[in-house]
Amino acid sequence: MKGLRWGVRTLGEVLITIGLLLFLFVAWQLWWTDVTANREQAVAVQTLERTFGPANLAERGVADPLATLTKVPFGEAFAIMRIPRFGADFARPVLQGTDHDTLTKGIGHYPGTAFPGQVGNFAVAGHRTTYGKPFSDIDLLQRGDVIVVETKASYLVYAVDRHVIVTPDKVEVIAPVPQHPGAKPNQAWMTMTACHPRFSANQRYVVFAKLVKRIPRAGGLPASFMAVPAGTVG
Amino acid sequence: MYGALWRLLPGPWPVKVLLSLVLVVAVVAVCFLWLFPAIAQYMPFNGNSVQTGLPFPAFTTHAT
Repeated sequence: MKGLRWGVRTLGEVLITIGLLLFLFVAWQLWWTDVTANREQAVAVQTLERTFGPANLAERGVADPLATLTKVPFGEAFAIMRIPRFGADFARPVLQGTDHDTLTKGIGHYPGTAFPGQVGNFAVAGHRTTYGKPFSDIDLLQRGDVIVVETKASYLVYAVDRHVIVTPDKVEVIAPVPQHPGAKPNQAWMTMTACHPRFSANQRYVVFAKLVKRIPRAGGLPASFMAVPAGTVG
Repeated sequence: MYGALWRLLPGPWPVKVLLSLVLVVAVVAVCFLWLFPAIAQYMPFNGNSVQTGLPFPAFTTHAT
């Protein structure tokens, strides 16, 4: 009898412990990953701004700036993405690769797809929830919204064209001509993918944007491009 | 389980309380810093990219 009581009590304590650990995991995933990722990603953007900065203008002297962006090591940050719709100060690093580790550090670039400003499709993935959730509000993007991708050489200004919601196996969204696999590209596109619905990985929310302007870094980015669109909530 | 732990902790009860708190903080720290980051990638809700490695030659280098 005493053994049974001990057994039941221990089982109860183990179950309570498991429950607490699960609760702790949820808290970590939904809250703590945002805290640390936001901090890390802000630091990554500052570092990029420093490397891109005017101090380094002289040593650049690259004839074709995009040529320098053909071989970025896996996991390395090479661009800053600014989305006025998400806030005037919204800036996130873009890193090479879309594996789990890379996406905890910022927006991930699908290796093998075009680089910013190049003809073809600059395809990126980002978290909709957790890890700083760079694409948290991807569903708020509207046709015409500006997305600025800042590289060492230029500001690439993209304008949102349309969005689709697809199952995760639809790789044609990152084809050189989005949704037309095999077609030969003659325009510079950008594809952004994030999970959908929020807190689920069943589908992907996909936004297509088209390059509308290429501004050399030397001249700076005109403030008008970073104007927060009217009707932005929060 | 917790009863045995309480009996195992040395000293009078205020010391036991203090030691328990230290243990709790240690467990949370281990979970937050090592355990959870390690298991998070196996969670079904952490996907944001479209599957690759499918018949798209250009993208096969990408690990899902």
